[in-house]
Amino acid sequence: MRQFFGWLSLVVLMVFLVIGALFIMRPFGEPPSVMDDYIIDNAQEEAASNNVVAAVLFDYRGFDTLGEATVLFAAVTGALLVLRASHKKEET
Amino acid sequence: MSKIVRTVANQLILFVVIFGLYVIIQGHVTPGGGFQGGAIIASGAVLLIVASGSQEIKTWLRERRLSVVESSGALLFILLAFAGIGTVFFFNFLVGSRLFGGIPSVGPNPGDVWTGGVIPLMNLGVGLKVMAGLSAVVLALALFSGGEELEE
Repeated sequence: MRQFFGWLSLVVLMVFLVIGALFIMRPFGEPPSVMDDYIIDNAQEEAASNNVVAAVLFDYRGFDTLGEATVLFAAVTGALLVLRASHKKEET
Repeated sequence: MSKIVRTVANQLILFVVIFGLYVIIQGHVTPGGGFQGGAIIASGAVLLIVASGSQEIKTWLRERRLSVVESSGALLFILLAFAGIGTVFFFNFLVGSRLFGGIPSVGPNPGDVWTGGVIPLMNLGVGLKVMAGLSAVVLALALFSGGEELEE
């Protein structure tokens, strides 16, 4: 019974948050935000690169690129671990 | 593979590597960047492995060394990110300094490679990382899969 009430409260909280997010969402079709305008206007002075995509990737959203690099690192590490382990097992 | 394929691949790998380095270095001026250029160079490694077989590649290219290169690329990226921590993490602290050129003029312009502050260096780090990582995975698959070697 206690578990049931726990799940119920979780569901109620989720529904509340989703409905709240629906209310504060921008109406469909409106220009999305001022962020992209800021980047388009100021990327060349602040990052000094002609390719604004590169400026966004490595300057404004550097954390995102760091996460991508971490994902790649984890993938390579996992692949090498598994392949080396299977190779050693075959040899012995 | 046959001798023709091996010879052509040995000639072609130079152009593949040069094109990949071009995409990495020019990443902040033209479309491209570290990920794309690294993937191009890794495809060159795939070409060599397919052409001459993994046992021959093994004599001069080990996936352990490639792992070292990959980790050093990641370290370069993170150190460049930490270098600007006086202001903010990932701050572009080299913009406008004399070493890395001025700020390019707004509008269509030829594009100077020496602008961009830390962005080209970060591109280089990410390019090293992607190149070595993908090559290491492909080489490990070719070496350790235990399948039959392609002959003739």
